[in-house]
Amino acid sequence: MSSTILLQHTLTGISLGGAYALIAIGYTMVYGILRLINFAHGDIFMMAGYFMIFAMASMPWFIAIPLVMILTVMLGIAVEQVAYKPLRSAPRMSIMISAIGVSYLLQNLATYLFTALPRGYPEIPYLKKILHIGDVSASLVTIITPFLTVALTFLLIALINHTKLGMAMRAVSRDYETSQLMGIKINRVISATFAIGSLLAFIGSLLYFTDRMTVFPFSGTLPGLKCFVAAVLGGIGSIPGAVVGGFILGIGETVLVAMGYSTFSDAFTFAILIVMLLFRPTGLFGEKVTDKV
Amino acid sequence: MSNERLLTIEDLRVDYGGIHAVKGISIDVPKDRIITLIGSNGAGKSTTLRTIAGVVKATSGSICFEGNELIGKTPDEIVSMGITLVPEGRRVFENLTVLENLKIGAFIHKYKLDDDLERVYHLFPRLRERAWQLAGTLSGGEQQMLAVGRALMSRPKLLMMDEPSLGLAPLIVKDIFDIIRTVNREGITVLLVEQNANQALKIADYAYVLETGDISMQGSGNELLADERIREAYLGKRKE
Repeated sequence: MSSTILLQHTLTGISLGGAYALIAIGYTMVYGILRLINFAHGDIFMMAGYFMIFAMASMPWFIAIPLVMILTVMLGIAVEQVAYKPLRSAPRMSIMISAIGVSYLLQNLATYLFTALPRGYPEIPYLKKILHIGDVSASLVTIITPFLTVALTFLLIALINHTKLGMAMRAVSRDYETSQLMGIKINRVISATFAIGSLLAFIGSLLYFTDRMTVFPFSGTLPGLKCFVAAVLGGIGSIPGAVVGGFILGIGETVLVAMGYSTFSDAFTFAILIVMLLFRPTGLFGEKVTDKV
Repeated sequence: MSNERLLTIEDLRVDYGGIHAVKGISIDVPKDRIITLIGSNGAGKSTTLRTIAGVVKATSGSICFEGNELIGKTPDEIVSMGITLVPEGRRVFENLTVLENLKIGAFIHKYKLDDDLERVYHLFPRLRERAWQLAGTLSGGEQQMLAVGRALMSRPKLLMMDEPSLGLAPLIVKDIFDIIRTVNREGITVLLVEQNANQALKIADYAYVLETGDISMQGSGNELLADERIREAYLGKRKE
C-alpha cells in the first residue's frame, strides 16, 4: 500500500470515527444519568436523516439545518417523556425493554411513512466540495468532521464541568433523591441530557449521511450498535472514552476495508465488544464500578 | 423566642410499599426551637422527614409551613420555601468537589454565594482547606459537616437532620451537636431525628417519641430525659 493510499484511508477513517464519536456521546451521556442503554438513539439518528431530506426539499440549507436540529432534539425529548419518564422508579430492565420498543417503533414508523426504499440524502452546499492536498483528495465534510467532533467534545466537557447545568447533571447521575433535596428538578436535567445527545446525533447524521448519500428506515441500526460498542470500548459513562472509542472503531473499520477485508469490517466492531467485555468490562476510561450503599 | 408555629403536622399518614410507616401523627414545630423525634429503627422518623421534604408521598393528613400546605408540592418547591433536609448517611456528592457540593446546596438561588460560603467556612474551617478536594475523599465527620454546610447554603428557615450522629466517633458527635446549637442560635429552627436519644434530648426544647409509626410520648427534652420509661427503652445502657 502506498503512503498516499494509506493517508487517504486514514482520513476517511478519522472522518467516519468522528461521526461515530458524536453518536456514541449520546449513548454514554444517557447511560451516565439514567443507567439506561438508549437503544432508540440510533433510530433518532436515522429520523434526523429523514427530517433533513424533507426539509431540504422545500427550503434552503441555512433554514433546514436549524429546523431539523430543533426537530431532532424535540424527538429525543419526546421519546424520554413518553417511554422512559413514566418508568423512572421501575426496575432497570423495564426501561431497557421500553427503549428496544421505541427503537422498533421508530423503524416501523419510518417504513410506514417513508417506505423501505432508500432515499437520496440531499447535498448540502460546500460539504461535498472536493479538496486536494498533495496527492490526497477529500471532500470538505471528511476534513471538518474530526475537527468539529473534537471541538464539540471540548465544549461539552466545559459545559459539564463549569456550568450550573453540568454540575446538576453530575449530581443527578450520582444520586437522584439527594439531588431532589437540593431543589434540582431532575426531570429537567434528564431532558437536557437527551436534548444534548439528540443534538449531537443530528450533527453526526449530517456528517455520516452526507458521506453515505442514502437514508432508509434501518440506517440507524448498525451505526447505532457500533456507536454503542464505541461507548462501551471507551468506558460507558465517560465522554472522552466515547470519543476515543468512536475514532478507534471508525479507523479500524476503514483500515480493514483498505486491506481488502471489507467483509469483516462489521465483525471487527463486535469482536472488539466481546474482547472488551471479557477482559476490561469497564472500558478504556471507565471508572471502577462502586455500588451505591 | 416566640411561640409562633413554623411547621404543623396534623394526622399525617404515610404508606410505604404496603407498610403503614406513619400512622396519623401530629407534630408542632415552633419557630426558633430545636424539636427532636426519637425512637428505634423503623419507627417512621426518617419517613416523616422525607415526607415533609416532598420525596415521599403522604397518604393523608396535612403538613402546614408558614400557612402553606406542603403535601402535593415538589421537593424543589419545598426547598424554595425554606425547608432543607440533611439526609441520613450524609449523601454528599462524592464525585463533586467540596466547593461544588456547597454551591449545589444553593442550587435554587440565583444570588452571589460569596457571603454564604464565608458563613459556612466560618462554621466549618476544615471545608475551606478542602474546598478543591472531591467530597468522596473526606472522612465521615467531614462529610457530615459538608452535608450540614450544603444544607445551610439554601438559607433554610427550617433545617431537618436525619441521624447526623450515625456512624461517627463520639468526639465528632459532640461537635455535630455543638453545631446544631450554634445554627439554632443563629435563628434557624431545627427538626432533628436521632437514635442517640441522650444527646438529642439534651439539646431539644421539645421531643416526640415515635414507636412503629405512632407518637407514644412527648414532652420537653428534660422531662423525657428524666422519664423512667424513656430511660429504660432508649437510654438504658448508655452512660451519662
